[in-house]
Amino acid sequence: MTRQTPAPRAAGRTSLFRALPRAALALAPALGGCMGPQSALNPAADDAAKLLLLTEIMTVGGALIFTAVMIFVGLAVWAPPRWRGWLARRETVVAGGIVFPVLTLTALLIYGLWLMRVTNAPAPGGDALTITVTGEQYWWRVHYPAEGDAAAFATANEVQVPVGRPVRILLEAADVVHAFWIPNYAGKVDMIPGRQTAIQFTPDRPGQFRGLCTEFCGDQHARMAFDVVALPPAEFAAWRQRQATDAAPPAAAFTVLGREVFTRSGCGSCHAVRGSDAKGELGPDLTHVGSRRSIGAGLYPTNIGTLAGWISGTQQLKPGARMPSYGSLSGEELRAVAGYLDQLK
Amino acid sequence: MNATHPPAVPPRDVDRVLPEPPNGLPRPPGELEALERAWEPPRGIRFLTETNNNFVGLWYVATSLFFFVAAGIMALIIRAQLARPESTLVGHDTYNQLFTMHGTIMMFLFAVPAVEAASVYLLPNIQAARDLPFPRLSAYAFWAYFFGGLFFLSSIFQGVAPNTGWYMYPPLTSTQFSPGVNADYWLLGIGFIEISAIAGAIEIIVGVMKTRAVGMSLDKLPVYSWAMLVFAVMIVIGFPAIILGTILLELERAFDWPFFIVNRGGDPVLWQHLFWFFGHPEVYIIFLPAAGMVSMIVPAIARAPLVGYRLVILALIATGFLSFGLWVHHMFTTGLPKMSLGFFSAASAAVAIPSGIQVFSWIATVASGRVRLTTPALFILGFLFIFTLGGLTGVMVAVAPFDWVAHDTYFIVAHLHYVLVGGMVFPFFAALYYWVPVASKRPLSERVGRWVFGLMFVGVNLTFFPQHIAGLIGMPRRYYTYPVGMGLDAYNLASTIGAFILASGILLFFVDLARTFRPGGESAGNLWGASTLEWLPNGNYNTRSIPAVASRDPLWAQPNLAREVEQGRWYLPGTVTGRREALVTSPIEARPQYVLVVPGPGWAHVLAAVFTAAFFALLTVKLNYLALFCGVAGIFCVMWWLWQLDPGPLREPADIGGGLILPVHATGPVSHSWWAVIVLLVVCGMIYLCLVFSYLFLWLVNPTAWPPAGVSVPPGWAGMAGIGLYGLSAGLVWWAGRILHGPEQRPRAVPLLLGGALLPLLGAGALDVWGQLSVGLDPKGSAYGAAVMTMVSLQLLYVAIVVLMLGFTLARWWTGRIDRVRRAVFDNTMLFWLYSAAQGIVALAVIHGFPRLAGGL
Repeated sequence: MTRQTPAPRAAGRTSLFRALPRAALALAPALGGCMGPQSALNPAADDAAKLLLLTEIMTVGGALIFTAVMIFVGLAVWAPPRWRGWLARRETVVAGGIVFPVLTLTALLIYGLWLMRVTNAPAPGGDALTITVTGEQYWWRVHYPAEGDAAAFATANEVQVPVGRPVRILLEAADVVHAFWIPNYAGKVDMIPGRQTAIQFTPDRPGQFRGLCTEFCGDQHARMAFDVVALPPAEFAAWRQRQATDAAPPAAAFTVLGREVFTRSGCGSCHAVRGSDAKGELGPDLTHVGSRRSIGAGLYPTNIGTLAGWISGTQQLKPGARMPSYGSLSGEELRAVAGYLDQLK
Repeated sequence: MNATHPPAVPPRDVDRVLPEPPNGLPRPPGELEALERAWEPPRGIRFLTETNNNFVGLWYVATSLFFFVAAGIMALIIRAQLARPESTLVGHDTYNQLFTMHGTIMMFLFAVPAVEAASVYLLPNIQAARDLPFPRLSAYAFWAYFFGGLFFLSSIFQGVAPNTGWYMYPPLTSTQFSPGVNADYWLLGIGFIEISAIAGAIEIIVGVMKTRAVGMSLDKLPVYSWAMLVFAVMIVIGFPAIILGTILLELERAFDWPFFIVNRGGDPVLWQHLFWFFGHPEVYIIFLPAAGMVSMIVPAIARAPLVGYRLVILALIATGFLSFGLWVHHMFTTGLPKMSLGFFSAASAAVAIPSGIQVFSWIATVASGRVRLTTPALFILGFLFIFTLGGLTGVMVAVAPFDWVAHDTYFIVAHLHYVLVGGMVFPFFAALYYWVPVASKRPLSERVGRWVFGLMFVGVNLTFFPQHIAGLIGMPRRYYTYPVGMGLDAYNLASTIGAFILASGILLFFVDLARTFRPGGESAGNLWGASTLEWLPNGNYNTRSIPAVASRDPLWAQPNLAREVEQGRWYLPGTVTGRREALVTSPIEARPQYVLVVPGPGWAHVLAAVFTAAFFALLTVKLNYLALFCGVAGIFCVMWWLWQLDPGPLREPADIGGGLILPVHATGPVSHSWWAVIVLLVVCGMIYLCLVFSYLFLWLVNPTAWPPAGVSVPPGWAGMAGIGLYGLSAGLVWWAGRILHGPEQRPRAVPLLLGGALLPLLGAGALDVWGQLSVGLDPKGSAYGAAVMTMVSLQLLYVAIVVLMLGFTLARWWTGRIDRVRRAVFDNTMLFWLYSAAQGIVALAVIHGFPRLAGGL
């Protein structure tokens, strides 16, 4: 088979199969998740769309085969003797058990092999945006290398990508095996200590989605998510620009106190805030933590309240996480630190 | 309905000339009484020493059902926790222990033991054999499983159960990330299950090949026996990978040998290969016996012979073959080259074909007869529904790109439960309803059975069908909770409700079982008008006499068979030695070869099992000296047990009916013990092959550090000398065997040659160790060191076993228990010795040759 470049498909492609879940959505609120921010049935990138078509074809094909087999079973039990006699032959076994599966499976396999070549495939022309994501117990270290005018920077638990440009994410693991999955974008790839794997896709519309760890990685495997944001190219460039800058020093007295508490409590030995004394590398980079959509690896929306709750009760909210609870901070100190972090936009 | 009721379709494979019963009537007085006396179970506490498969099989099945319930209760807690989002019913730690234990117990303490247990009970009955060829071995396997299983289960009550998933991926399971004993419970706890499974597999292979009804040629062998044969061969090939894997991981945890630690040259992916090379065949190891059961039940409920018998047998064998070529489909997301994904994708899809053959064979068989919708029939129909659906989703995940979506989500949870519940639990329940009348005086209730089936069928589908969708909309596996607002709530709630409906069906089954089950000497009779030999009238000795069969469906082809067998008109109608006996037949044609005197009840194997379980248990909780004591005690008990075997010919060849004169003793390749040792050596060879694979795999990861800087390969002369010494040792043992075959009854050269052969063996072993120590090999320093030291250590272990076996053999010799006729002990020692020497030669060739060869590349 020759290598084919798939024709670009309009984002709003409609098909019978895709219309079905939407129709069902209108009928049953239970199906709401299909259109959700972490659903493989709601594709927002080229790979996920191809994989959804494969899913639809196999689901419909499987349903047809299943129905046919069940009809045969029903006939074998209840049909009049003449029909049953027709089924009760060795030829039935050969036709149903060998000929039919060999033909269908061969066709499916050819389709599958072709699809395997064109999904998670390097972008032609090498124009991909490269990002490195490292899985750690239980969060995601994200690194954007320098590219052209844009400087390198580190962030955490958030991956922002431009719409329409191929993205190549290099995947590593710092401790145990994790797996990287953005259901709306692509399949999943493991992150294995000592190896580097990669995943590639091209987002086709702006939106906010959720990525997950899918390889059991210990106590808080269930609380290891991240935010995914797809932006139009210009907005992405602006975001990237902002993220690469150092944190501005706090302006209000309240947040200045927050920075003081942050330093005094030793937060900087694990966390970095670029442009300050905090240079720790064990935990997530907090330079622009206030700009991120959530904290605690996809656990809570970012605001002063959740930040304060997180700092004082890490081990209650996410027992087993590497960060201790800072329950000894006074209410004012806690609010100040949270306020300091929240203004790191 | 009884056996004489004609089937809807008569069997078409009947021999042209039906065999005639060899014995006349009346039978000599006292014949039946002597048979009954020989098979009389011991009373009181000594009942536990019983080895008769009819009792051990029932204990075994009952214990496996106990673990089924235990793991089922864990599943209910899991489902209760997931009934709503952000639930705090159980914490993350308990949850992680629960899902790990649920998977591990269902796989290792329910599914595999249950199908082995069923075959301990059923195989001899189906083949009209008196017992399995090694009754004490199956009793040992049972007791090791019983005690070890309870110990393993106890970990959840202490809160220290394994909590890293039943597949135990390092480095999460390495000491650094799992410092507690949780992982050790798994690694050592599964150790005795592996021993138990291998023991069972040896028993089943020899049982199917050597103890059958007369004339039950491979072409007439019941499908169930075929399925168990393939099952056992798969255990022999597949389990060694997990045995080696657990050894390597435990060595890493206990002694810091870095097989899976990246910064010292290890690789976590090695574990994944070893685990799944076992783990995928494991699924078919569970499914094939169940498929074999279905192929027995379907003809009985349809009252027609199986359509496409040979195709079904081919399908079983093909499944066995293919299942070893698709383990990588559990690793589609590990970033392997797409080329290899394509190969494993194709193999994974291809394995659907043998299953398709069987499904259509069952459909055709049902169509050819006239089905009565009894409870077993309902479970068979339910099985077809569930298993077909699970098989189709299996084809979906075989397509690698789809697996990238479904992998580690609830779609896979749904798929695997459809396959395992459909492919194993439903057939197993059909089998319980179908075969309970063989063991019980009363059958289970048909009326209650319909309710049990209905609840289980609705429960399974309601539990697992919604999980397909939940997985695709982003519900990963092994999450102890999930956030609100992701659209996952309704699916999870439905699953939870379904799980409790399923559980209520199972509860109802046990109520009925307790109400109606009446084990004892007599059975409820051939309730279904079935065609196979387990429905012959039976007693503790199984069948009164051993028939010659003329068809795959003997009770339909030979309508008078049941009466003739019960009257003692067929072979071996009593006991010729006064002891328990079995008839050993040839592997292809099932011609009678000799009368095997099978060992009866005794404490040795029970104590051996207790000490085996204690050894692993104490090792787990780090009571090492006590563990060592139990290990030694266990070995002592095994020797005590073996000392009583190989009694030699107890009498001159005997007439077993119709002038057929058979010896009551056999040695060499014709004997059951020779076969068993050969199978055991295949297991040993597979373990070693996996070790060599691991060595080469680690080399691929570290091609430039093989050996790493600072370590060198021992001098070449040491390797050559070692190979020479192993060869010399093997030659001397082989020579001793030749001499024992000579005319002399007890040639005095034999012990001298054996003693002489020991010296080069010990010399070679010592040279191995000296060679590695002299070049400063450090097993903690690098994956190379760990791999080489493991090869050397394993070889030393084999040398030690040979020394033990030699001591045992010499003791038998000096007490006059070995001569040119009574020589099974000598033969077994010789076979193991030859194997050990060969393994030593391979080890030296790899350790010395490979780095020099690879270095030159």
